[in-house]
Formats: sequence, C-alpha cells, structure tokens
Amino acid sequence: MRSLLLVIGALLLAHIALLLAHPAPAAIAATTGGLDVGIVFDVGGRGDKSFNDGAYRGGERAEQALGARVHFIEPGEGSDREAGLRLLAAEHMQLVMGVGFIFTDDLTALAKEYPDTRFAGVDYALALDSAGKVIPPPPNLAALKFREEQGSFLVGALAALVGKSKKLGFVGGMDIPLIHKFEAGYRAGVMYVCPDCTVIAQYAGVTPEAFRNPGRGKELALSQYQSGVNVIFHASGSTGLGVFEAARQMDRLAIGVDADQYAEAPGHVLTSMVKGVDAVVLDQIRRARDGSFHGGVQEYGLAEHGVGYIYDEHNRALIPDSVHARVEEIRAGIIAGRIVVPAVR
Amino acid sequence: MSLALAFLAQTLRIAVPYLFAAAGGVLAERAGIISLTLEGFMLGGAFSAMLGSYWSGSPWIGALCGIAGGVALALLHAVSTIRFKADQVVSGIAINLLAVGLTRYFLKLVFDSSSNSLRVAGFSAGTSTGSLIGGLLHNPLIPFGLLIIPVVAWLLYRTPFGLRVRAVGEHPEAATTVGVSVKRVRYVAVALSGALAALGGAYLALDQHQFTDGMSAGRGFIALAAIIFGRWDPVRAGIACLFFAAAETLQIQLQGMQAIPSQFVQMIPYVLTIVALVGLVGRAMPPAALGRE
Repeated sequence: MRSLLLVIGALLLAHIALLLAHPAPAAIAATTGGLDVGIVFDVGGRGDKSFNDGAYRGGERAEQALGARVHFIEPGEGSDREAGLRLLAAEHMQLVMGVGFIFTDDLTALAKEYPDTRFAGVDYALALDSAGKVIPPPPNLAALKFREEQGSFLVGALAALVGKSKKLGFVGGMDIPLIHKFEAGYRAGVMYVCPDCTVIAQYAGVTPEAFRNPGRGKELALSQYQSGVNVIFHASGSTGLGVFEAARQMDRLAIGVDADQYAEAPGHVLTSMVKGVDAVVLDQIRRARDGSFHGGVQEYGLAEHGVGYIYDEHNRALIPDSVHARVEEIRAGIIAGRIVVPAVR
Repeated sequence: MSLALAFLAQTLRIAVPYLFAAAGGVLAERAGIISLTLEGFMLGGAFSAMLGSYWSGSPWIGALCGIAGGVALALLHAVSTIRFKADQVVSGIAINLLAVGLTRYFLKLVFDSSSNSLRVAGFSAGTSTGSLIGGLLHNPLIPFGLLIIPVVAWLLYRTPFGLRVRAVGEHPEAATTVGVSVKRVRYVAVALSGALAALGGAYLALDQHQFTDGMSAGRGFIALAAIIFGRWDPVRAGIACLFFAAAETLQIQLQGMQAIPSQFVQMIPYVLTIVALVGLVGRAMPPAALGRE
C-alpha cells in the first residue's frame, strides 16, 4: 500500500512538474504593434505530415507575406491543449487558432471567456442542441470547415475513370459523421461517371484508435483488393499507411488524404485528396490583419482552395490526359454549382 | 474455396501478434505478475524492431532488436514490481504510458516525424490467391507465432522451470521453503513475456515496413483478454487468440459484402466475446498469487 502511494505520489509530482515546464518556450511576451498570432497544434504536433504541418506552413507564409509574428504551441496528451489556448489568449494575441476538431469545446469556452480576442478553429465541429439545430459559435470565433465531400467527389470520379474495375474501395478510420462525409462525396463521384459501379466502404473501428491502426488498414485493403477492387481511397489517418502497404504488395492503387501522400508508396498513390490547411490559416491571419475577420461558420470548398486533389509530375503518368480533362470539367461544374455534392451518405 | 482460404489466411495473419503477446503474458501471469504491460511491450518491440531494421537493413536483426527493446521495458517493470514491490497494476500502466512517450520521442528524434518512420526492410506474407496459405511462410514470424503456443505450453508443463513458474504463481511461500528463488523465477518470466510480446510488436512493424505512432492499437489488451478467456492456460489462450482473430476477419469480410448494417458488423467481436465468456468459459480462476508479493 505504501509503495502504491509512493508510486502515485511520484507520478503526480512528475505530472505537475511537466505541466509547469511545458508551455514555457511559448511564453514569449507579446510586443505591441504588428500582428501576433498564436497557433496550438493538435496531438502529434509538427511532423505529422498532415494537419499540423499544413498549419505550420500557413503560419510561415503569413510571417513572410504579412509580417505576422506566429507563436506555435505543441501540446502533449490531454488537458494542456486548453492551457495552451488560454496562455495565448492571455498574452493578447490578435488571433488564437486551434488546429483540429479536438479543440472545439475548449475554443468555444475560451471565446466566451475572452470576448475581445479573435479565435479560429480549423475543422471546428458544430454542436447540435436537443432540437437538432446547429448551435452557432460565439461571435468572436471563426468555425472553419472544409467541404471534404467536394474533394472526395473529384477523387471518386478519378478513381472510377482510372480503375478499370466496376468495384471501387473506401477505407475510413473511425465510423463517425466527419468520415462519412468523405465516403458520401467519394461514392457520389464514382456514381457520377460510372452509374453501375459499386463502392465497398469499410471502417477500421469505432474508437479513436481506428485512426492509428495500420495493421487493420492493411487487412481491410487486402480483402478489398482480393475482391477485385483496383483503387482504394482512404480517410483514416495513419491507418491508411497500411492501405498503401497493401497497394504496394498487391501492385494496385490507393488515394491519399489530407496531404500529398505520394511519398508513402511511390507509383501506387493515384492522387491525394488534400485539405488546404495552409491556405485557410493564411486566409484567417490576413483577415485578422485587414480587419475583415468575422466569427461564425466559414466553409472552404473547391472554389476557396480549401480542398483539392494532387496532379503533378509524380502521378501524371498514372492519369491519362483525357481523364484529367474530365475531372477538371467536373471541378468547374462543382464550383459553378452545376453539380451538387451530397455531404451525407 | 479460395474464399475460405482467404478467410483462414487473414485470420492467421491477424492472430500472430495476439499469439505472441498472449504466450508471453501467460508466462508472467502464471508466475504471479499481472500482464497489463503487454500493450507497452508490443509498442516498444515494434519501435525497436523498426529501428534495428532501419540501421542494419536486415529484418532479422530488427526482430532481435525488437526482443531487446521488449526485454528492457520488461526488466524495468520487473525491477519496480519485484525489487521495489510497487503495485503491479500501477507499474503496468506506467510502463504502457512510458512506451507511448518513449516511442513518440525517439520517432521525432530519429525521423523528425510524429506520425511514422521511414520505410525499412521487413517481412511480408505473400497474398497471391494461388498459394494463400503457402504465402504465410514468406513472413517467418507467422510460423513462429503459430509454434510459440505449443512451445510455451511445453515450457510451462514439461520443464522444471515451468514447474517453478507455476509454483511461485500459486504459492510463493511454499516455493521458497523448497529452495526456489521466487524473485529470480519472476524476473525470468517477466523478461520472457517482454521478449515474446515484443515479437508480436515486431511482427506489426516489419509487416508494415515502418513504425507508426501507437500502432499496437490495443492489441496487448486483447491478448490479455485472451489469457483470461483461456483461463491462464497457453493452449486455451492461443485458441482464444485465434477466435478473436476469426471474429475480426468475419467483421472485415462482412463489412465488405455490405449485406448487414455496419453497426452490427462492428459489434461482432465484442458480442462474440461476451457470449463466449458467459457461455463457454465458466468461472475464471487466476493464479492464486497473481498481483501479490
């Protein structure tokens, strides 16, 4: 019993020490004049090859192009996310951003607490009240959302045009509405160019672990490839690395998500459905500087360069010119509103 | 026919990490040390296997490094619980958290990434439909994983060491009176459990040709469930591992057919577990000295 208390005591002490030590590097006093922006990364921090790296690029570009001073905080697990945001708000940053839907509740609470500070949440998840209506975010909080379904629609059309099979695959991470959006757009894109195609959609699980389970991703992809699928689109975080591994092993194609994932399996990544986190971060910092910042829900789709797909010197060989032309035509159709993309399955 | 073969091959591929971890966990638990640590050992093993393969270019050396990583974590756990008599559950949780933190830290240090390592040399099972079962031999860890259960059963029931393990797990005082060093037996059992669970992790990393953050994804806990499910007997625990793997495979295959709502399909492994636990296992009796000094 005594030893148990000792262990708990030691852990507690270490924990408190870490809490005190962690935010220190970011505690740079905000100087007057100029534009000070604070960005708190999602778990994983820089080097995630996805959201956080995109936000970092956006911040860097804002420093070069707009002369902003951007302060980054990389939280560990759990509660110090809120502490990071609070620290930045207390330092009177002109704009405080949280990267990732995980910041939704913390941002909402802090925006109410600091009504004079501007907040922005990338991938902010809108809450619904008991009547099923959307609860609007506070007026000083910009809820930034991506129209993932539009980008997914394009890669769906591309997959069906290139795939040489009536079966197309989809591997999702956690079985939640956010990921269903990808599936819905992808499915609609496939059907748009190939009405008699079918989409096999599978999810890795029902817990957040489902985004970090490449072993499961590989098995899901192997079973899809074995059933005659030639192209799989994944929206599953690092679970998707298993999908790429399966694509290598079976010599088939896969489609990346969030960032350009070509390097994960060169020659087997048809394209990637990218989210322009950097463009969104830059846009918000520019708005904060120009005074055109406003709260509320802001959606970034194809037209705003919030989503898109990769077509460059790496994957050009995998995509025939006629297919590329067709997909560009569809893109123009979506931007012009001629094609309406569903966001729910 | 090929569907049944595909099912079997997939079940075996999924079962291998469970089998390694459960084989190790049975040894530690039978010696009286709670195996909450399997998850951490797997993650540590996966990371050090990847690192070994990255630096040497050989997956075999990678697997050996994986074992070394698992044993290092296991000895830490052994020292804290056996030498310093820390609570086994608390120490186990600490080891799991430590494994998450350490792997993340070194991933960033070596590869400057918080998500995944570079691609390394590894083993992959062949998946051509012609020889689905033969393809399993392409990854030598798969036959090892299937053999490890009988080996551990033999070790536990047919060797003097196994007798000592069971004695210190059931009645350490009695073992002491006949001259068995309880501490030494427990140290060896925990180190072996670290080595075996780490091989399960090494399988994951070498099959993926890379390490990704948190890639063990709860498999160590499933192995622990399999141990309890198998009433601390290696063969029964191995069967439980195969059962869990088959349920997962069923879930994957049924999801692909899309005949049943996905929510029901996602429930299959959990529902099967509850049904089997209630209906088949009966009362589970842990080793008498489990968790005690």
